[in-house]
Amino acid sequence: MSAAATRQAIEAVWRIESARLIAVLARYVRDVGLGEELAQDALVAALEQWPESGVPDNPGAWLTAVGKRRAVDVLRRREVLDRKRDELGRELVEGEEPDLEAELDDEIGDELLALVFTACHPVLSREARVALTLRVLGGLTTDEIARAFLVPEATIAQRIVRAKRTLAATGVRFEVPAGDELQARLASVLEVVYLIFNEGYAATAGEAWTRPELCEEALRLGRILAGLLPEEPEVHGLAALMELQASRLRARIGPGGEPVLLLDQDRSRWDRLLIGLGLAELARAEALGGSLGPYALQAAIAACHARALRPEDTDWERIAALYDALAQIAPSPVVELNRAVAHTQAFGPEEGLELVNELVADRSLSGYHLLPSVRGDLLARLGRHEEARAEFELAASLTRNERERALLLERARR
Amino acid sequence: MRVMVLVKASEESEAGVMPSEEILNEMGKFNEELVQAGVMLAGDGLHPSSKGKRVAFSGKERTVLDGPFAETKELLAGFWIWQVKSVDEAVEWVKRSPFQEGVVEIRPVFELEDFGEAVTPEIAERDARLRAEVADRA
Repeated sequence: MSAAATRQAIEAVWRIESARLIAVLARYVRDVGLGEELAQDALVAALEQWPESGVPDNPGAWLTAVGKRRAVDVLRRREVLDRKRDELGRELVEGEEPDLEAELDDEIGDELLALVFTACHPVLSREARVALTLRVLGGLTTDEIARAFLVPEATIAQRIVRAKRTLAATGVRFEVPAGDELQARLASVLEVVYLIFNEGYAATAGEAWTRPELCEEALRLGRILAGLLPEEPEVHGLAALMELQASRLRARIGPGGEPVLLLDQDRSRWDRLLIGLGLAELARAEALGGSLGPYALQAAIAACHARALRPEDTDWERIAALYDALAQIAPSPVVELNRAVAHTQAFGPEEGLELVNELVADRSLSGYHLLPSVRGDLLARLGRHEEARAEFELAASLTRNERERALLLERARR
Repeated sequence: MRVMVLVKASEESEAGVMPSEEILNEMGKFNEELVQAGVMLAGDGLHPSSKGKRVAFSGKERTVLDGPFAETKELLAGFWIWQVKSVDEAVEWVKRSPFQEGVVEIRPVFELEDFGEAVTPEIAERDARLRAEVADRA
């Protein structure tokens, strides 16, 4: 095997093994930052040795063994320091050396989940949670994360270093939270995964409309979570939502790279495989009983679109009802705006415009380009073209996405 | 990226011999691992080619052929569709599968950006329509 091929093989092994490796080591040293460094040490050892020795038959076990040896070294060194510090006079009883290696084999099995909850701990900023999650759970390099978010590599590196320091300084325990805390902490985990997805799905800055690699990463994290927390309906809800939204990725971009709105999309380009996975996840969320949470409700809305083979088959009344429910449990101006759109489709533009005008009066969405964009659309439908044009121009001046701006200006000229 | 992983047929699979319980167990575990890793999108085993059909094309003529088909090694016994970061990741996964013999082939699925100039007729049509609209307004 050539050096380049070995390197590629190591990268692939890292992709598959790194999260569990970091988790096992972090559980043992009770520190995510140190766990990740130990895993990196194991990776470096592989990069040094495998080109000579070849890739071992069980590369994951090899990396774990190396990481564990390093962990034992680190802990022994710490222990020696602690003892020296303790008291010189206290005698050490011979043969009482703790069996660190045996302790290390005593894995509890939920270390991956503990890693998820620690990387997404609310003590960290959102940006830090996102970067750390992609790093320790996605196995992405600092450079890959930086490129995905269009920021300098040093920025991401610093975010990760600070995040590790914060976790250590605030004494965040490496564990799966229990009881009431679980729900609060789970919300933070789901938020991080959805942030990653949305960064890829609706790029907030730059020329590209979407960055599919980030979507794929988020989809993978969502599926992993669904496997780790099968009893949590919102975990399935989020997985369903992302699969269903991602199923439209190909259809959302026109030949010139411009965005294509949902109802104008060529549905034959929707990804039936992802739709199937999304509908199955939604069914799992529903099967767990109780009323649907915000992610599952949004997934149910996306499912209404996915099930309609033609735009005119869309069950808008059901979508309007789902938005009513969403506005009850997770009220936000954006949800209200979408609710207005759904009511327009179900019951006519007058009703939609009424809801939108309430939002304009509310002012909490001033500065959000979609509000004038939707209002312009409704006015155009009601034949009030001059007012519509002003709204599209306003929307164009507010968006940060260049392609979206072009689309809005085109509508203003219509 | 997406890959299709093709499990080639063997004399046993073509003879309709079901895998042993042990192999089925191990395959179940492997599939479970793929699901837990968020890699598995789809996958199934295929009946032997004796239950299959082929449709041969020649101009407007269509000829239906009944299985079984010869060339056993070129036939398929099963497939997966995986989402992976690279073909190398797929190779690493395949290496972990419980197969004891035979060949498994990995083929990347076309992505949008692979098409380049070769756009579908629908896209070309929309493109043309869009250009016409823009021209109308100019």
